[in-house]
Amino acid sequence: INVNKFRSVSVDLNNDASLLIDIPDALCERDKVKFTVHTKTTLSAFQKPEFSVPRQHEDFIWLHDTLVETEDYAGLIIPPAPPKPDFESPREKMHKLGEGEATMTKEEYTKMKQELEAEYLAVFKKTVQVHEVFLQRLSSHPNLSKDRNFQIFLEYDQDLSVRRKNVKEMFGGFFKIVAKSADEVLISGTKEVDEFFEQEKTFLLDYYSKIKDSTIKAEKMTRSHKNIADDYIHISATLNSLSVDDSTKVEGRVASDQELKLTELLRYYMRDIQAAKDLLYRRARALADYENSNKALDKARLKSKDIPQAEEHQQQCLQKFDKLSDSGKKELTIFKGRRVVAFRKNLVEMAELEIKHAKVRNISKTSEGQVE
Amino acid sequence: DADVELTTTSTSSSVTPQPAVSMQPPSLEQLSPHWSQLEDDEAKDRFDVDVSVTNPEKVGDGMNAYMAYKVSTRTSLTMFRCKTFSVRRRFSDFLGLYEKLSVKQSLHGCIIPLPPEKSVVGMTKVKVGTDDPSSVEFVERRRAALERYLQRIVSHPSLLQDPDVREFLERDDLPRAVNTQTLSGAGFLKMINKASDAVNKMTLKMNESDTWFDDKFQEVESEEQQLRKLHAVVDSLVTHRKELCGNTAVFAKSMAMLGNSEDNTALSRALSQLAEVEDKMEQLHQEQAASDFFIFAELLADYVRLLGAVRGCFDQRMRAWQRWQEAQSTLQKKREAEAKLLWANKPEKLQQAKEEITEVIKLPKMVVNVVKLVKIIMKSGEKRLKVTIKCPHM
Repeated sequence: INVNKFRSVSVDLNNDASLLIDIPDALCERDKVKFTVHTKTTLSAFQKPEFSVPRQHEDFIWLHDTLVETEDYAGLIIPPAPPKPDFESPREKMHKLGEGEATMTKEEYTKMKQELEAEYLAVFKKTVQVHEVFLQRLSSHPNLSKDRNFQIFLEYDQDLSVRRKNVKEMFGGFFKIVAKSADEVLISGTKEVDEFFEQEKTFLLDYYSKIKDSTIKAEKMTRSHKNIADDYIHISATLNSLSVDDSTKVEGRVASDQELKLTELLRYYMRDIQAAKDLLYRRARALADYENSNKALDKARLKSKDIPQAEEHQQQCLQKFDKLSDSGKKELTIFKGRRVVAFRKNLVEMAELEIKHAKVRNISKTSEGQVE
Repeated sequence: DADVELTTTSTSSSVTPQPAVSMQPPSLEQLSPHWSQLEDDEAKDRFDVDVSVTNPEKVGDGMNAYMAYKVSTRTSLTMFRCKTFSVRRRFSDFLGLYEKLSVKQSLHGCIIPLPPEKSVVGMTKVKVGTDDPSSVEFVERRRAALERYLQRIVSHPSLLQDPDVREFLERDDLPRAVNTQTLSGAGFLKMINKASDAVNKMTLKMNESDTWFDDKFQEVESEEQQLRKLHAVVDSLVTHRKELCGNTAVFAKSMAMLGNSEDNTALSRALSQLAEVEDKMEQLHQEQAASDFFIFAELLADYVRLLGAVRGCFDQRMRAWQRWQEAQSTLQKKREAEAKLLWANKPEKLQQAKEEITEVIKLPKMVVNVVKLVKIIMKSGEKRLKVTIKCPHM
């Protein structure tokens, strides 16, 4: 399937000619999607200037988790992992359609089938796009693009499954989730000295809950639109008249464009903000460690025991905290700019599409009036 | 040996008992000049009478309360006293009109428009006096349906001539209609369905020599099916659109909150404006849903019921035919009895038998005429139905 032209939610990616990544091709087999990751590079770190490898969704997750677990990157916003390809909704609808085939006219059935196939295709395009954006964000990040695991991901032409999570690591992941909820408490409890971080923290926490809410509502709205589009198909089949046909396409396409632009935008940034929040958590944890190390040092001084270790530990904690704060500041500022630009681009595109559809609808309405 | 001579009455040929029925479609002029007038009027497509139902007002309190509607008529016809006039009517008045009409006209194969259905739930809400949107909607639906009902009646040329219709439109004080229980639309449909069942169980199946009826019946049945299906889908459309309204409103609010949280001023403004646009969209969706419902869905429901009434016509015709058959067999029995009496030579009884035969013979002729009338009326009624079934603009 050729998935060349689509709109990305992020901007300014893949501009650096030294490392260009894209996913030109993808295959859908039952549940599994096989992505073809294509790299073009001038960097000497790679063995060839241009190459492609097949990758599965789990490989992307492995890469993401590895990066998250890397200590050195604690002060960076790790791009959010692409969500698992979810064909459940169109598949279920296709099943229902098959069951109800006998009750519909041939024309109706064909139209419904077309709609479903379009939905399948839309889900497919979305998942390819989201995986591609993940890689492109890594490649455009000054630090992360140099990561060894990232390079392996791009280059290694054998199956990556050997390196993927084994059972033990999966359990580790579970504990991480538990720890994260403890982090929520920590982050809201810790007193923030630095004003920049205080502001960012308040903003991100609030914005996250709002954008999550908006994403859910946007999804509901698009689903209602899709229902109406389906109804139009049934009506047009029963009425069998031309003017209603156009309406079907417009409603259906409006629904899917809204879906792609607005909902996707909100969804993506919801995840991105979560990643930013993760950075704040790590910093808060580092701060807590530092404070604990201070207390330990005081205790050691009191007991006159193990003072040099305590001092060194304290120094380490402080360094870590400072490093996180520095890079964190940089990351969050860049993040702000990136978010605003992306929102603007997507909102503008969505508005243009809606205008275009409205014009088409008007034209078909007036021509229908003339025919009458 | 005596020669038996059976008496035959004056009008002879049409009454010999025959198993098969052959009906020649009569020419219009044969039956009555009135019917050709009908066809001419159709062609000119005049609307001499315009009726509207407005101003629903609650009269009284508690469980005895009712809604009174203003029925206004505007006409150029001379049979009415004035050119414009209006009266107050309540729902049971409309049902009463239907009862009177159906008793008179249905025997003639007329398709009587159906009044809207009774609704205990809807009316109770209105009586109790809650001003919530669902009871407002109920009253509006009813008002619109009553208006359509009256408009169909006055555009039916022979119904318009009916004195009961004129009285309904003109008379200030209408005696209250009683016994309207069985006459709600749903009740009527039940009656029709029962009649259809009875017809289906008839052992004497009519040999349909006039294929026009057969074809029309199939047409009516399939059209009714299609309309029912369409109505169901439009209903679903209305529901989904109402959902979309709700979801859009909620989304608009959420967007507004997001815009408030946004610290980049330009983006914040853009998001707030998006929220306002979505709000406007919700209004539009509401209007669309309302028009979908009132114009499209209700109209479809009307037509489904009308087609039910058309089927009722077919059944009337069947029943008329059945009565004819029965009358014919009664006649035959009476003739045989007469023959026996002749044979037995009892003059008084003979005279009585002769009188009975004369009576019975009148019946089949009437029925034959009825059957022919049914066809004419159905043809013209169907024309009118077809014209109005064209789809409304969306």
